[in-house]
Amino acid sequence: MSTMRRAVPIIIGLALLAVPFVDRNAAHISAYADTGMLVLLAFGLNIIVGYTGLLALGFAAFFAIGAYTYGFLASPQFGIHLNFWPMIAVSASVAALFGLLLGAPTLRLRGDYLAIVTLGFGEIVPQVLQNLDKWTGGPDGIAGIDQPKIFGYAFGFNPIPYYYLYLAIILLALWLMNNLRYSRLGRAWMAIREDELAAAHMGINTTGAKLAAFSLGAALAGVAGVLFAAKLSTVSPSGFDFNTSVMILAAIVLGGMGNLAGVLLGATIIGLLNFLILPQASNLVQTLGQWVHLAALQSVDLNQYRFMLYGIILVLVMLFRPEGLLPSAVRQAELHAEQPDDALPEAAY
Amino acid sequence: MAHSEPGPHVSSLLTLRSVSKNFGGLAAVKDLSLAVEPGRIVSLIGPNGAGKSTVFNLITGIYTPSSGTIVFEDRVLNGYRPDLVTAAGIARTFQNIRLFSFMTVLENVMVGRNARMHANLADSALRTPRATREDKTVEHAAMELLEFFGLTRYAAEWARNLPYGMQRRLEMARALASEPRLLLLDEPAAGTNPAEKQALMRLVQAIRNRGITVLLIEHDMRLVMEISDEVHVLDYGEKIAQGTPEEVRHNPLVIEAYLGKGA
Repeated sequence: MSTMRRAVPIIIGLALLAVPFVDRNAAHISAYADTGMLVLLAFGLNIIVGYTGLLALGFAAFFAIGAYTYGFLASPQFGIHLNFWPMIAVSASVAALFGLLLGAPTLRLRGDYLAIVTLGFGEIVPQVLQNLDKWTGGPDGIAGIDQPKIFGYAFGFNPIPYYYLYLAIILLALWLMNNLRYSRLGRAWMAIREDELAAAHMGINTTGAKLAAFSLGAALAGVAGVLFAAKLSTVSPSGFDFNTSVMILAAIVLGGMGNLAGVLLGATIIGLLNFLILPQASNLVQTLGQWVHLAALQSVDLNQYRFMLYGIILVLVMLFRPEGLLPSAVRQAELHAEQPDDALPEAAY
Repeated sequence: MAHSEPGPHVSSLLTLRSVSKNFGGLAAVKDLSLAVEPGRIVSLIGPNGAGKSTVFNLITGIYTPSSGTIVFEDRVLNGYRPDLVTAAGIARTFQNIRLFSFMTVLENVMVGRNARMHANLADSALRTPRATREDKTVEHAAMELLEFFGLTRYAAEWARNLPYGMQRRLEMARALASEPRLLLLDEPAAGTNPAEKQALMRLVQAIRNRGITVLLIEHDMRLVMEISDEVHVLDYGEKIAQGTPEEVRHNPLVIEAYLGKGA
C-alpha cells in the first residue's frame, strides 16, 4: 500500500468538506446533497445487486417507505412529531422489515423472475401511497414535515447542514460497507452471487444471507428516505417511481457493481448529472434562446431527456465497459503488484 | 463381501440404508446400501448415468431420498439442507467445477470455512475484535491449505483465471476448509493430464493420511484401482458389485456393465 493510495481518500474528504465554502450557490449545494442521497441509495442497492447478485428492480420502494415513515411520524399529518435523529434508525428498521417481507417470498427466485417480482413491488408501493389518501395524502403527499435540529440549530431549508449530514452518513456507510465486504457475510453474499448451490455446500445459510442483504440494502434506502423527506419537508408518491429505481441501478452499473469506489463514482456522476448539470444546462440553453430570440430554445427542458440519457449511458456501458468504470478488477490489478503472498490479504483491508 | 444391507455398523462413518431416488418414473438410484469406514478411500464407479453423482447429491442434501436413510456419525441426514450437511462434517467437490469465479483463490477457500465460523451480522458490519480475530485465523488456515495444494502463488488471483488442473485443486482446498471428516470427490481427475493425475493421486492419499475419509467418484480406472481401499460399482442406479479393487476388477458383472454382454 503506497502512501498515495491512503492519501487520496483523505484529500477527497477534505475537498468535500470545503465545498460549501468554495461554492456559495445554495442551489448547487442542494444538488450536491441530493447527490449524497443517491450515493446512499446506490450503496444499498449494491448490497443486493452488486454483492449478492439478486437483480432487484423496484428499489425506490424502500426509499419511499423510509421517507413516508418519517413523514407519518414527524408532521402535522397525524399530529405526531417524533425527533428526527432517532427516526433515522426507526425508518431504517421499518424499511429493513419491508426488505424482509419482500425478500422472504422471493428467495427461490433469481434473475429475470426476481426482477419482475421486485419491479411489481416497486410499482405497488407508490400506487398504495397514492391511493390510500386517507392516511398518505394521496398524490399530494405529506407536507410540513419536521426538519432536523441539532443543539438548537435548525436545519430549515438551508442545504448546507443537509450536505454535511449526508457526508457524515456516507462516511459511516462506507465504513460499514467496507467491513461487510471483507467479512464472513460479505464473502457469503459474493459466493451466492457466483454460485448459489456451491455456496450452500460451503455451509452458507443462503436464505439467511439473502434476507440479510435485502434488509440491509433496504435499511440504507430507508435512511436516505428520512433525509430526503426532511430536506424537502414534503413527500409525494411521484418521487419514488420506477424512474428513481432505474436511476439508482444506472448509478451502480455505470460505476461498477460490487466495488465500493465504483459505486461511489457512478452515483456521483449520475447524481450530479441529474441534480446539477441537466437543470443548469437547461437554464443555459434557455438564456441562449432569449439572446438569439429563438422560442424553441427558450422552452427547452433538458430534464425531460434525462432518462434517455441514462438509457444511452447504460447501453454504452454495456457495449464498451460492462464491468463499469471502476470494477473490482482494480483491486485485482493492485494485488498483482509483486508482493509476498502473506501480505496480499492485508492489501484488501 | 456382504451384498446385503449393512448391519448396524458401529464403526462406519457414513451408512446408506436401502436408499432410492426416483425422478418421476425414472429410478436414478435403486435400493442402494453402502457403508464407508473411517480412514479409507472408497470409490464409486460405474458407467455414465449409473447414478453416482445422484448418490453424492443425496448425501449432500440437494435431493432427499425417496426412501431409505442416510446416516452420518449417528445422525440421520435425510432432509438436511446442504449447508447443514457441510456443518455436520461432509464436504464435496463438483463434477463440473463450481468455483466462485470472481472471487480470489484465497477468498474461495475462506468461504469454504464458513460453516466453522461464528461471526454474526453485527460482527461482520462493525468488524468487532471477535470478527477480526476469527478472520485472521480463517485466513491463516486458508493459506495453509493453499500451500498444501501448491496454490500459494495464486492466492490473490481470481479463481476463474486459474488453469484447469489448479481449479480442480482449488475445489479440493475449498472443500477441506470446512474441516470435514468425510470428503466427497466427484471426478477430480476429469480432464487432467497423466502427470496431473499422478499428483492428484498423491494428494488424495495425503488427504486420507490427514485422517479424512474419502468417497471418490472416478472414471479413470487406473487411478481408482491404485488408491482405493474399497470399490462399489453402480449400474442403472443399482449396486452390482463391491469389494477390493482386485475383486471388482475380476467380477464378471462389472466387466459386463462396462463392456457389454459377450465381450
